[in-house]
Amino acid sequence: MNEFWNWDLAFEALPRLLTSFLTVTLLVTVVSTAIAAVLGLVLAILRMSLPKPLAMILKFIIDFIRMTPIVVQLIFAYFAFTNITPLTIGIIIFGIHYATYMAEVYRAGIESVPKGQWEATTALSMSRTRTWVAVIIPQAVRATVPALGNYAISMFKETPFLLMIGVVEMVQAGLIFGGNNFKYIEAITLAGVIFLLASYPTSLLIGRLEKRLAFKH
Amino acid sequence: MPSNTDSPNGGNVPAIRFDDVEKRFGDTVVLDGLNFTVNKGDRVTLIGPSGSGKTTILRLVMTLEELSGGYIYIDGEPLSHDNVDGKRVELNEKHKNEIRKRIGMVFQQFNLFPNMTVMENIIEAPVHVLGMSKDDAKERARGLLQQVGLADKEDAHPLELSGGQQQRVAIARALAMDPEILLLDEVTSALDPEIVGEVLGILKHVADTTDITMLIVTHEMQFARDVSNRILMFDGGRIVEEGTPEEFFTHPKEQRTRDFLQAVVADPITGALPWQPGPATPTRDGDTL
Amino acid sequence: MDSNIEALVAALPRVLDGVWITIQLTLGGAALAMVIAVIFGILARSSRTLVRGFARTVIEFFRGTSLVVQIFWFFFVLPQLGVELHPMAAGILALGLNYGAYAAEVVRGSINSVPTGQWEATTALSMTRAQRMRRVIFPQAWALMIPSLTNLLIHLLKGTAVVGTITITDLTFRLDSLQRDTNTFFAYGLGLVIYFVLAYILTLIMNALEVQAKHRLGRGESLKEALSLRSPDTGVEAGEAAKS
Repeated sequence: MNEFWNWDLAFEALPRLLTSFLTVTLLVTVVSTAIAAVLGLVLAILRMSLPKPLAMILKFIIDFIRMTPIVVQLIFAYFAFTNITPLTIGIIIFGIHYATYMAEVYRAGIESVPKGQWEATTALSMSRTRTWVAVIIPQAVRATVPALGNYAISMFKETPFLLMIGVVEMVQAGLIFGGNNFKYIEAITLAGVIFLLASYPTSLLIGRLEKRLAFKH
Repeated sequence: MPSNTDSPNGGNVPAIRFDDVEKRFGDTVVLDGLNFTVNKGDRVTLIGPSGSGKTTILRLVMTLEELSGGYIYIDGEPLSHDNVDGKRVELNEKHKNEIRKRIGMVFQQFNLFPNMTVMENIIEAPVHVLGMSKDDAKERARGLLQQVGLADKEDAHPLELSGGQQQRVAIARALAMDPEILLLDEVTSALDPEIVGEVLGILKHVADTTDITMLIVTHEMQFARDVSNRILMFDGGRIVEEGTPEEFFTHPKEQRTRDFLQAVVADPITGALPWQPGPATPTRDGDTL
Repeated sequence: MDSNIEALVAALPRVLDGVWITIQLTLGGAALAMVIAVIFGILARSSRTLVRGFARTVIEFFRGTSLVVQIFWFFFVLPQLGVELHPMAAGILALGLNYGAYAAEVVRGSINSVPTGQWEATTALSMTRAQRMRRVIFPQAWALMIPSLTNLLIHLLKGTAVVGTITITDLTFRLDSLQRDTNTFFAYGLGLVIYFVLAYILTLIMNALEVQAKHRLGRGESLKEALSLRSPDTGVEAGEAAKS
């Protein structure tokens, strides 16, 4: 058992890692990204349409969440809401935390919509809601897709933070396996390799999408 | 201007020699089998429509572009490639840098270093490339700043200066390296019309008071006429016509040259050229190359 | 609430100790990250395929394998390979490599954003490769990269909160014991505020660096000017002087 790398252990660890990868890591990434995408847009629109004092307060809250560790937020929520499962807490906190990042991205996207577009909707007497839904958001959101993708990847790689609140995601599964076998190298290395294999091609795809979108502008 | 230098390689070695120079960008052939020489002390102006390869020639001499074929010799020494037993080999960076030290360049966009003051821009290379002492370099720089009329700007940042002032600093920076060859790449194209004159005046003064070999690309035909002793007309990567400014501007032989001159310098309303085309004088043998 | 304050006063030395450890991890990690970023950011621009490939591999590896995995690898796996690291060293190494890989991309991108004319001018002045980078290109790229580096620095600070898992008693670790003496909201609310203040201070420092870097390029006011309270009439005086 003292060899550098044990293939038997590696093959034994792999199914466990993949199970928690699919049931926790991917689940959290997908659902939390969806939350971040929607909530981020809501935050961005609120910040731009609320009366100034309220918008300032909202900006402070967004900055506060953005600039404090997600780990502490997870633990905080874990102790504060004892009736919610850790996995659900994880999904919600990741969703909210990344929504504050996305809010900034959407804001930049909205601000990049030419002023003439707003003026045209006024000239056409369009309602405020209709202006947002039919004119501004479709133009603003397109360019934000790559950023959302990049944040999804970054969230994906941060899901191991969930082990701080007892969720058995892939790395925690690897640690448990390693602890049981008194040998960590196989499980932890494999976890890293799985992260790399999943995130690198995705980031290449997003990079290509980014180039294509930039080209069309 | 006669070649009256005391080069270590003998008196008749040209300052720059283009030997079958080729330059391609991808599939586009910019220069194809170009041959010409620039003698020491010559002031040669390259003119021609945009895309004719004039700027590429300057950039090749400065090694900002890589030769696709052929050779360039500076003072008889190969610049970037050499012919060794019939084989074309690329020379190393160290060699290129040694040759480069003899060549200065002034760019269309000035390219001053914004992280340095005017003085630091000028003494940077003399101190760190030529190994001059800082005090000597500064003293020399002050003289050059005086010459370009910016003696009071040595502590200014480049971005605080007007375009014309920046270009004058760039000229001082190039001269501070005491180059044997000075390349001027459309040095007034980025300037407002009213300050073109001050920059050209300085260059005219440099031309009058030194024996620096100059290779010039410009759209300022009056300047070309005043400063150069040879004009080369380029089109499609080839030399279409060459001659002294006198012959060139008053009796252009080629139709393409006449069209070009008409397009760039003639008064748009009257069609008159800005100088008096003298009476046609018979061309003598030996006047042109 | 009073009992909370009392408990906090009693726990303060430990909390402050945790804050200090968090600061050490942040600054240590950032210093290592910057070294890695400059080295690999420059290597990733090399014209030699082998060098560039090596740099790219290292960058993508440390970006792609997740910070937590790297921390555990240095803490749990390395000892089994015979390399025993102090937990702080493992933490700083992981933080530095992970964020350094991200920052290397920032360095590479910023260097690429320096206008080609600047490179050409260095060639025209016969400067060597090292001189070009050190004296002309990097100082200009530096001003461009600071905003992105600030972002990464804040991420790094937030990332340190995970080191409790490798027995480091950082701020987040100390909050747990504070919670037992007070309550969840008090302890973690305070913890978040401390992290926020730290992040805010780091942002201010980085902003100051940016002002200074831009000023060196002749853009914008100097740090002294930006920080000082200007007398509002200097501009008027200058205008008056110009008129007379």
